[in-house]
Amino acid sequence: MNDIIESVKNLSIGFNSQKGKQISILRNVSTNIKKGETVGIVGESGSGKSTLALAMMGYIKQGLFPLKGECLFKSEDLLKMSSRQLEKIRGRKIAMIPQNAGQALTPNLKIGYQIDEALKLHTDLNKTERDKKISELLNKVRLPSPETMAFRYPHELSGGQQQRVAVAMALAGKPDLLLLDEPTTGLDVTTQAHVLELLRFIAKDTGTSMIYVSHDLGAIAQVSDRIVVMYAGEIVLEGPARKILKEPIHPYTYGLLKSIPKLSLAGLPASMPGSQPQPGSINEGCSFYDRCNLATDNCKKNSPDLEHIKELDTNVRCFNYKELINQNNNLQTSITKKSNNSEANEVLKLKDVSISYAKQKFFDQLLNKISDQNPTVKDINIDIKKGETIALVGESGSGKSTILKSIAGLLKTKDGQIKFENDRILSSDLKMRNPNDLRAIQLIFQNPDESLNPNHTVEQILSQPLKLYFNLSGEELKKNIIDLLKKVRLGEFYMSRYPRQLSGGEKQRVAVARAFAAKPDIILCDEVTSALDVSVQAAVLNLLQQLKEDLGTTYVFVSHDLAVVRAISDRVAVLYQGRLCEIGPSQNVYKFPSHPYTEVLLGAVLEPDPDIKPKLVAEDIVEEKPPEKGCSFQGRCPRKIGDICNSEVPPWQIGENGNAIRCHINIEELASLQQ
Amino acid sequence: MESNLITEDKQKNKLEKAFEILKTMASKPSGLIGLTIVLFHVILALISPYIVPYDYKAISPNTMLLAPSAEHWFGTDSLGRDVFTRTILGGRTALTVTFFGSLIALLWGGLLGIFCGLVGGKIDDVVMRVVDAFLSIPWILAMLLIVSLLGTSTEVLIPALGFFYGKGIVRVARAATHDVIAKDFIVSARARGHSNMSIIWNEIIPNVRDAILVEGAMRWSWMLLGFSSLSFLGFGVSPPTPDWGLMISNARGLMSFAYWSVIAPIVGLSSLIIGINLTADAFAKALGIDRSTKAPV
Repeated sequence: MNDIIESVKNLSIGFNSQKGKQISILRNVSTNIKKGETVGIVGESGSGKSTLALAMMGYIKQGLFPLKGECLFKSEDLLKMSSRQLEKIRGRKIAMIPQNAGQALTPNLKIGYQIDEALKLHTDLNKTERDKKISELLNKVRLPSPETMAFRYPHELSGGQQQRVAVAMALAGKPDLLLLDEPTTGLDVTTQAHVLELLRFIAKDTGTSMIYVSHDLGAIAQVSDRIVVMYAGEIVLEGPARKILKEPIHPYTYGLLKSIPKLSLAGLPASMPGSQPQPGSINEGCSFYDRCNLATDNCKKNSPDLEHIKELDTNVRCFNYKELINQNNNLQTSITKKSNNSEANEVLKLKDVSISYAKQKFFDQLLNKISDQNPTVKDINIDIKKGETIALVGESGSGKSTILKSIAGLLKTKDGQIKFENDRILSSDLKMRNPNDLRAIQLIFQNPDESLNPNHTVEQILSQPLKLYFNLSGEELKKNIIDLLKKVRLGEFYMSRYPRQLSGGEKQRVAVARAFAAKPDIILCDEVTSALDVSVQAAVLNLLQQLKEDLGTTYVFVSHDLAVVRAISDRVAVLYQGRLCEIGPSQNVYKFPSHPYTEVLLGAVLEPDPDIKPKLVAEDIVEEKPPEKGCSFQGRCPRKIGDICNSEVPPWQIGENGNAIRCHINIEELASLQQ
Repeated sequence: MESNLITEDKQKNKLEKAFEILKTMASKPSGLIGLTIVLFHVILALISPYIVPYDYKAISPNTMLLAPSAEHWFGTDSLGRDVFTRTILGGRTALTVTFFGSLIALLWGGLLGIFCGLVGGKIDDVVMRVVDAFLSIPWILAMLLIVSLLGTSTEVLIPALGFFYGKGIVRVARAATHDVIAKDFIVSARARGHSNMSIIWNEIIPNVRDAILVEGAMRWSWMLLGFSSLSFLGFGVSPPTPDWGLMISNARGLMSFAYWSVIAPIVGLSSLIIGINLTADAFAKALGIDRSTKAPV
């Protein structure tokens, strides 16, 4: 028993509703954290995972209060401690690494000073010892040149570096337990892989216990020894990481793993029906009953207890888990999607498109000089065929959303042409486009919370495009709205609802319906699934695919998630710093030979499989500006061959797989290098 | 946390919503007090012409500076006019002028602010600099100029006050518009090709309306004070119209021995201002806009 560092016993946390009812967010949660162990807490938004993690450091959000149970840290109940007592524990014994380090660091204090503050508070070292400790810590989190780093301000660091500083600060007090709340969620794929690698190293090196909270099973798989799966405020499955990820014996975990798109699979992931019940609306019986395909009458009436299965070393909350044992080869399946015929005509052509955010200087304007020689996006040539799904992939700053905005007419191009249907040039200025062209190209946004007017009902939202483009009114308008809702699998009663009354998935469905209301030819999807939970993401992807197959719409799909892109797209274009690196049919882009950048991206993808470790080939530097000459990827390329990369723009090479790669290395050589 | 919960999705009509907001406002003591005071003043203003015991302009040398009694509840002033009559009729003047003044301020300030926030660029720059320039002019001096040129009738006072108190609303409306303009639903409407007018009407106004209304309510109480100051200086409504500022001004020299003629209008004015302030605060809280987090303009 001695090696248990924190144990949570029968913890319930809740709040009082306006009607005076007590509603629990956490229900009867019990778990133990052992010394030196990394526990991953995974769940979708609203599952109570963050509430649990915060309670583990004795913090309960305002408005919430513990209903029963205790949080024992070294046999002392954190929830009963005074704030004075907690002060002594937090930082020294339990430290936390927040989700967004950029917001957690004070913007106008130097990094070194902020770490020094933590050291002053949590250690008894003197000034010179502390200075030594600061560079030691910065070294440990692998920040380059720790001496100068200490004198920088947070804004001078990239997101990944800020996160490293947050790790260094947390380590300052030599804590026994580290709490990580989605520490890599806002970071780029390659940076994310690097930070996770660092965390794994630190856990081994210092023997610190970690609690890693995330919705991302891919990230959890990389760091955790043990995984706790939460659903609707309860632990539904708990056990060794490998067992959970390879042989999940709870139907929710099983469905969750199935709904994650995987790099190795071409088709769409299977989706789980429905959504997580809201706190307060949970009736008797199993909370997963509505979405479960193993459910029996027993599940409706009785709530299952967390049952310990000795031979698997797993706790599971399900009556029928036995049906899932030895079922798990099914995890590697997907729904095959219909591919379009490649004979179709081109519907949209981007020809030598360049886009610049730089404002023309006043004098240059007078002299009619072009001031920006190095625009954000340059020389984009993409032909998009009717009925295909083309994906633009890249990390933040790759220009993928910028290109999308230009196609939509929201951003003027600097050079080049956008041609629509039969080579007609489309003005890049929205006001110059005719109404029919505006109708033909529609946008779906990343975050449905922002893309739907909070003061409009679903009916009002959907009637906007119908009124504008088709002049509908009265009964006809209503009929069309109901049809649209049916198309996105929502009932008629959704018409009178406001966005705030819908779940994330439902909101995105409304946004999809609004785009389809215009009967468009092309739909531009800007990271449409990245704000959604995994199980909902799969459902939205399936819906988009279904609509496309029914209506023959063309998608331009922007995403940073290579697995999602793999699932939905027919063709992929990889972008770095606003320049195309590789373009080709999606099954070929995901095969070698690839452009070195594609190789880096593919290597950094986190799969929910403890056996697939990310390959970290390139440094996670963030470049702010594209290079003026040569290859766009010269700064980070692990396969750079010399001066030619710095001076000349690489030529396009067509591989035998049909993907075009822009690299100086001969494509056969690239293939043999990447084997 | 609680507001995110999907509880019921009854479609409420506008009247029900308004009633709900009133209920929330009255649920806190400060809101209830504010609402009561404002309601009291408004009712008094509406019925005052029918309940006053005396003629407000009847001068009588026999009844000069009488102390409060059963016949003259608040006493009489230096010209022998009944202070009670003039006080409740004064409230009617103040409320009428400032209510319509605020309405004008809200309309032009709100619409101009939203428009500037939406179009941005050079038009926005120019308009905002002009507004800034007006903000730098001491309004009371400008008012004195207008009043001395055009006279002191309510037809002049209402639009003039509305103009001067609308400048601040322009900035608030513009800032509120900037908050929503970056949201994707505006981008979406733009990409669909809606006109500016349609975007303002359908997408922006429903989202900035609350902030502007609260600002307008606040301005109302400031305008009340401003209007009374003008009258006090003799540039408000002209005698013998009953008006609080004017009454205070006329009676202030006699304060040492005829305090009654000055106390009644002071109580009327300050209670109405406090009442409107409390109501505006409760209104803001009921709508979920916390004024304390926004810098006053």
